[in-house]
Amino acid sequence: MVDEIVSMARSFGAGTGRGAIEPRVLNVLARIPRHEFVSAQLRANAYDNRPLPIGHGQTISQPYIVAVMTDLLRVGAGDTALEIGTGSGYQAAVLAELGARVSSIEIVEPLALEAGERLRRMGYANLATKVGDGYHGWPQQGPFDVIVVTAAASHVPPPLVRQLKSGGRMVIPVGAPFQTQQLLLVQMRTDGTVTTRQVMPVIFVPLTGGHD
Amino acid sequence: MTHRPPLAAVAMLSAAALAYEVLLLRLFAIIQWHHFAYLAISVALLGIGAAGSFVTLVRSRLLAAYPHSFALAAAAFALSAVACFAGAERVPFNALEIAWNPAQFLGLAGIYLLLLLPFFCAATALCIAYSAFGPQIPQLYAADIVGAGLGSLGLLVVLFFLHPADALRVVFGLGLAAAALAAWAAAPRWGAVLALAALAGPWLLPPSAVALVVSDYKDLRQALRVKDARIIAQRSSPLGVVTAVVSPAAPLRHAPGLSLNAVAGPPPQLGLFIDGQAAGAVIRYDGGTAPLAYLGDTTSALPYRLLDRPQVLVLGAGAGGDVLQALVHGARRVDAVELDAQVVALVQQDLANFSGLPYSAPGVHLHVAEARGFVAGSDRPFDLIQVALLDSFGSSAAGLGSLNESHLYTVEALDAYLQRLAPGGLLAFTRWVSLPPRDSLRLVATATAALARRGVADAGDSLVMIRSWNTTTLLVKNGRFTAAEITAVKDFCRRRWFDLVHVPGLVAAEANVFNLLEPDDFFTGTRALLGPQREDFLRRYKFDLSPATDDRPYFFHFFKWRTLPELLQLRSRGGLPPLDWGYPVLVMALLQAAAVSLLLILLPLALASTRHAFTAAPAPLRRRVPGYFLALGLGFMAIEIPLLQRFSQFLSHPLYAVAIILAVFLVCAGLGARFSARLAPAARWPFAVIAAMAGAYALLLPPVLAHSMALAQGWKILLTLLLVAPLAFCLGMPFPLGLAAVAARAAPLVPWAWGINGFASVVATLLATLLAIHWGYAAVLLLAAALYACAAWLSPGRA
Repeated sequence: MVDEIVSMARSFGAGTGRGAIEPRVLNVLARIPRHEFVSAQLRANAYDNRPLPIGHGQTISQPYIVAVMTDLLRVGAGDTALEIGTGSGYQAAVLAELGARVSSIEIVEPLALEAGERLRRMGYANLATKVGDGYHGWPQQGPFDVIVVTAAASHVPPPLVRQLKSGGRMVIPVGAPFQTQQLLLVQMRTDGTVTTRQVMPVIFVPLTGGHD
Repeated sequence: MTHRPPLAAVAMLSAAALAYEVLLLRLFAIIQWHHFAYLAISVALLGIGAAGSFVTLVRSRLLAAYPHSFALAAAAFALSAVACFAGAERVPFNALEIAWNPAQFLGLAGIYLLLLLPFFCAATALCIAYSAFGPQIPQLYAADIVGAGLGSLGLLVVLFFLHPADALRVVFGLGLAAAALAAWAAAPRWGAVLALAALAGPWLLPPSAVALVVSDYKDLRQALRVKDARIIAQRSSPLGVVTAVVSPAAPLRHAPGLSLNAVAGPPPQLGLFIDGQAAGAVIRYDGGTAPLAYLGDTTSALPYRLLDRPQVLVLGAGAGGDVLQALVHGARRVDAVELDAQVVALVQQDLANFSGLPYSAPGVHLHVAEARGFVAGSDRPFDLIQVALLDSFGSSAAGLGSLNESHLYTVEALDAYLQRLAPGGLLAFTRWVSLPPRDSLRLVATATAALARRGVADAGDSLVMIRSWNTTTLLVKNGRFTAAEITAVKDFCRRRWFDLVHVPGLVAAEANVFNLLEPDDFFTGTRALLGPQREDFLRRYKFDLSPATDDRPYFFHFFKWRTLPELLQLRSRGGLPPLDWGYPVLVMALLQAAAVSLLLILLPLALASTRHAFTAAPAPLRRRVPGYFLALGLGFMAIEIPLLQRFSQFLSHPLYAVAIILAVFLVCAGLGARFSARLAPAARWPFAVIAAMAGAYALLLPPVLAHSMALAQGWKILLTLLLVAPLAFCLGMPFPLGLAAVAARAAPLVPWAWGINGFASVVATLLATLLAIHWGYAAVLLLAAALYACAAWLSPGRA
């Protein structure tokens, strides 16, 4: 799986703006048992480089997308991280393995309970989960160095922008289920302005040659 | 064997089968929503042609058992219509996963096979009737075609009263009634049993038999997964099932294009869903504007920074968000146009306490009408025309609308909107950002073409476009933007962290500041489209951005064949490319349909028993049959589809227009079929009239309809009748003329000929759409004229 991520990152590298995925992100992806995060029937496919259904109309992202997202966040040890949409808990585990103190909110109760139980069982101590509405963030646990919003939204909730530390980074995958086609990177500059950058995990240049 | 053809049973069964076909499209729109559902239905219709091949093979046995064979097949249709749909919706199939997991194709194939069965059964019964009553073919065909017309009309009526799932009960009852009618004469006892079943069956079907199994990934299913979320209002009509959801634990908040600098988001809203897909939100409104302040912080608020207390026209007002936006900004008058009366009723009646009746607010005038029709019939000048963002982000991102015709975004439409603008007035479009840019750039190209039609040479001076991270808003001005306005636009964007895509005089350094794109194809593309390199850019861009027109109203179709290898290569490297599935699926459906048709048409020729019967037929006749019935099947649909599209836009309502045109078309064709009994088998004039009229309509219909667009609705309907009726009357003749000639001289070929026609109709439906996408409706009509000329030449009556 990691080899495939490396090779995809190499061929689409320019999209992340960084050329390659950081080795410590790759190490974490290699270490986490992804099969623990999918149903028994899909265990054989757990390390395929593709998104998988996890029930309740949710998916676990393609490993390559998880790698690019995590890489974009530039998580450091001791960072505070907020995740909106726990899903299977895989992304939260990745952030925790990178040394972040993770707070994760999931609105679908059965998913939240399953993921919370799974992450406890796997021994993640620096990780808090709760059932609830992610729109307001989790101010008691914030502000945050990094925020991941996995639930599709028509806008970036203003409370989340406010809970981002100066210099903090937020990533939002954009697209229908199974179809993440862009990653939105929101950055809080030190002067308090916010910029976004649309990162294409799959490079596709719509213009060919000629007169640009 | 009885000697009276089962005209009533044929009409009833034909009505049931056609209602079922239309109903399946509605049902699949609710439980799935993807093009693959459409694919499944188009393949299932091949069951009709397959029945022709089947009856060809076992003709003598089926005829010996008439009318029991007819009744049995009709009853089998009724049962399988319900059972096969119930089975098909439970087949594990996730269209979204198809690019990742080829095993999904197995599920799709399962759905094909299940849905094929009901059509096969109904068509077997009809084909038996045609084979058994050769001399009465004109009457049978008339009953068949009138039944089909009544079936599609009847379903529209039924869908006003019943949820689509319950409409399945009606199809079930109709199928059994047709079986009862057929059985009555020969076996009254069986007829009575079937009649009882037809009466009681629809009531006795348990709810589980018609329960809808909705895909896990539809927005409504997802919304209802949240704790305490529940449906608080639902209405259903042929336009769709409209559902409102309240979610106290995690209120829905829909605010497309909201600034990242916004102080607050929207107040709690109710989720609105059409056929289970997100379609905006009902906003809580108590007359106070403070909680609605966020409506000034979206890209769509831009025109209100440039206009003072404008008179606003909102096209596609939906749940009223754009109307509230206008009120918040002090609009002097708001005319809100919404097509779906059920959405309006939901907002104004069912949810009145929550919505605060936005359409009854002072200064707001509601019009339940189609947007183009309203604009054509209105003579009031507006300061601002807002074309609302109604499609959901998810379906937009997945390219799900790509086969839909849209008359809202054509060059002619923009021209008509511009005509309604007061001097200095603005036309505003807000769209979702898609990457690489597609619809936003096509709108620029369309606006440029519309401005050119109005004599504006330098379109760039009349256009402004801005973008947030997920929406673009394009303004088209009736006049040139002034320096003060340009400053206001720049200020609006700077304060809200929006980016400039185009304002007159924009330099590259001013674009792509807050929402960074690498590269900024919006800026580059717009500049190219407004400059001398326009044609070169359109040619080089990997998506089709050429303006949509009323003749080719496929605004959401961006696919270019040239790009396919590159997209497939991206997929092979592990990524999901930005592919709009509509067009490739259409091509796939066409190829499958053509292959299956060919196979089943040739099958009777390959089998010894039928080959023997075929060789007994006169050789010239044998040679003419396939070409003649192929040409008719293709030609009929190649006329019906463009006329339906053209006139439904003319009559300005997708439902009533289709109902009127279908009714006229099929009833007149039915009369023509009856009349054909009086014609000599070798008569050629109907073909000549059809070819001449189709050719003339290809050229004359667009200007005649455009010219008559502003007439009163009554006159428009009369004009439609006058234009459609004579053509339809003639269109009813060639099929019964030819089939009667075959029946008279080579009876075993009748079911074969009937099946070929059935296959051709399915292929033609797909082909006509494909050709219209590329060359427009006029070209499809010209093709139809050529096909009828070929048919005249191949007429079996002259063999």
